[in-house]
Amino acid sequence: MAESNWLTEVPQLDRSELRDIRKTLDTAYRDFSREHGEMIEAFFDPLLSFLVWFEKLLLATPWWLVIAIVAGLAYLASRSWKLSLGVVVSFTLIGYFGMWEDAMSTMSIILVCTLMAIILGVPIGIVMARSDRMQTLITPVLDVMQTMPAFVYLIPVVMLLGIGKIPGVIAVIIYAIPPVIRLTNLGIRLVDKDVLEAATAYGASPMQRLVGVQLPLAMPTIMAGINQTIMMALSMVVIASMIGVSGLGQPVLKSITNQYFTLGLLNGLAIVALAIIFDRVSQAYAKRTQRHLGGMDNG
Amino acid sequence: MADPLIQVENLYKLFGNNPDKHMSLVHEGKSKDEILAATGHTLGLKNINLSINPGEIFVIMGLSGSGKSTLIRHFNRLIDPTEGVIKVEGTDVMQLNPKELEQFRRHKMSMVFQRFGLLPHKTVVENVAYGLRIQGVDKSESLSRARQWLETVGLAGYEEQYPAQLSGGQQQRVGLARALCTDAEILLMDEAFSALDPLIRSEMQDQLVQLQEKLHKTIIFITHDLDEALRLGDRIAILKDGEIVQQGEPEEILLHPATDYVEAFVHDVNRARALTVETVMKDPAYRITADTIADALSQMKGFGRDYGYLVNESGYQGVVKAERLEQAYQDNKDAKLDAALYEDVEPVDPHAVLETVIPNTLDADYPLPVVDEDGQLTGQLTRGTLAEVLGETHKPVEQQKDESRTPAA
Ligand SMILES: Nc1ncnc2c1ncn2[C@@H]1O[C@H](COP(=O)(O)OP(=O)(O)OP(=O)(O)O)[C@@H](O)[C@H]1O
Ligand SMILES: [Mg+2]
Repeated sequence: MAESNWLTEVPQLDRSELRDIRKTLDTAYRDFSREHGEMIEAFFDPLLSFLVWFEKLLLATPWWLVIAIVAGLAYLASRSWKLSLGVVVSFTLIGYFGMWEDAMSTMSIILVCTLMAIILGVPIGIVMARSDRMQTLITPVLDVMQTMPAFVYLIPVVMLLGIGKIPGVIAVIIYAIPPVIRLTNLGIRLVDKDVLEAATAYGASPMQRLVGVQLPLAMPTIMAGINQTIMMALSMVVIASMIGVSGLGQPVLKSITNQYFTLGLLNGLAIVALAIIFDRVSQAYAKRTQRHLGGMDNG
Repeated sequence: MADPLIQVENLYKLFGNNPDKHMSLVHEGKSKDEILAATGHTLGLKNINLSINPGEIFVIMGLSGSGKSTLIRHFNRLIDPTEGVIKVEGTDVMQLNPKELEQFRRHKMSMVFQRFGLLPHKTVVENVAYGLRIQGVDKSESLSRARQWLETVGLAGYEEQYPAQLSGGQQQRVGLARALCTDAEILLMDEAFSALDPLIRSEMQDQLVQLQEKLHKTIIFITHDLDEALRLGDRIAILKDGEIVQQGEPEEILLHPATDYVEAFVHDVNRARALTVETVMKDPAYRITADTIADALSQMKGFGRDYGYLVNESGYQGVVKAERLEQAYQDNKDAKLDAALYEDVEPVDPHAVLETVIPNTLDADYPLPVVDEDGQLTGQLTRGTLAEVLGETHKPVEQQKDESRTPAA
């Protein structure tokens, strides 16, 4: 190698060396997934059956009942007739344009993913808020999860679990969980020190402080995190359909390969409608839960 | 005297990342500013020694940033000391494990916070019941006790409101009710009345004094306001830059300020309201212990006055004046002293506040006799004394007190 070469050309590994590295890593991972894949799949079985059961339930329920229930829930959460009316109109249109089944699949995936993200994310956020060391450990992981192109981590998931609902759900959760974790952490850290100190002074145990003070006061922030998680899960649905997740993403994918503009647009709009409904409902709910928290900074 | 309830020995607090490393500077006697400039550490408290007796109201005073809140937070270990010992009922609080510390905080002390520290997501009554709920008292019991305390602090009707819906002063009273509700023996009050308007403030002060007469708690009370300190405090400690510059009974601080800092503090105080007769009166010099007018007149000549205080074995009898006695003497040289010859003078109660005796003192032609509850003559109060004590300067007060001691010796 000439002395001056490295100035003009990027120093590079030999092609053969690079191939070797790739080969070793890939084989190692493939061996790992061959050995443990089934066990891991079995581990996710309950999740799969819950998902399938929920999807079937949604599809078995008469369409008007589903609409009524969703509109009712929207009203309970937001106390707004307009929002409920929006739910009725958009769901009717979705059904009218023949996207009912896909929409129900997408809804069930989103629901399961959001639930899982909350169940996993809130405790991780709590752990992060309790120790600065954990925060410095977990933050870079979250950064990677959020910036790594989603396609990249589809690969190991598919290698491990093949194509199907569960790998899709896992990919969606990985993609969508960072906001819950981040905002749970942030919310707890932002809890008014004076209030927490008062609880401590009256002898509250760490658990009493967490449940009685920190979580309730962090709730608006946590809700904002959940809201973002739902949005991100929805946007991941199209990508996840590449690995066999059913729902509104499938027709979108089909439209791209076959250049069906209208089909793509309709399904895209359906996703947007779902997103807007989830967003408004969860935000209205968050606002209602925090109405007493305002104005504490007087005096 | 009973053992102190709280004892603080050689307490130091240095705020910063590595306080232990820089404690040597503190022990070298470097000032707070020097230490901050050299190390970035803030000296919070320096060599605090205190003992607080059961049942007393101990007031901590000082300017903003002098370390009052820091000190009070050491008692329930919201802040850990850098050096020193804090004993409550003989137990070193630094030795408590986390569980014991929780129990200690639940049952021994309750605290009223400078910035209220109310739980914004709970209603007022739930806030007041919070301490009991933490202790594990059941819900209806704690809520009903909380309602009673809310009534006591004058907030009946606000039970179901949220703290954000209350004014600052009302929130402060919620904080007070919350502290009283756990029935802890020690009450830590960090500027508990500072957010109240003057009227409610003095009402709350009276209420605290009344409560204290009933409950006999030990109260540690922080304030900026010397009038409040004098009104409430059995003893007062004055902090400056984390150090105690003087501690003692209110009169002592008022009449003998140890440093210019303390003097600046006591300068504006309304002494007429803060001091009692006892603390400024002179020893009674002009006692007359005679049976007959003749003896009385000669005793009066002896100390060169034209009046005297007649006392016998059952105590103070009245004031007699030379003029009157001489008239009576002209009539009958062997006459006994009898009640008809006494001046009609209302004696002064030694515990009375100066303000209340000013009119009588100014009206009288001679010093008023001070008579205690047993009927004994314990002192005399002159116009001059009043003028000096209530005047601006301190020096004359000290001299005059010294003089007044001499004749008694
Ligand atoms: N957590 C902390 N970290 C660093 N320094 C602190 C901390 N808490 C207090 N201090 C410092 O300790 C000193 C005393 O503060 P403290 O709050 O005890 O004052 P204070 O007498 O209660 O004042 P105020 O009357 O304004 O309430 C101040 O110089 C402050 O900067
Ligand atoms: Mg303070």
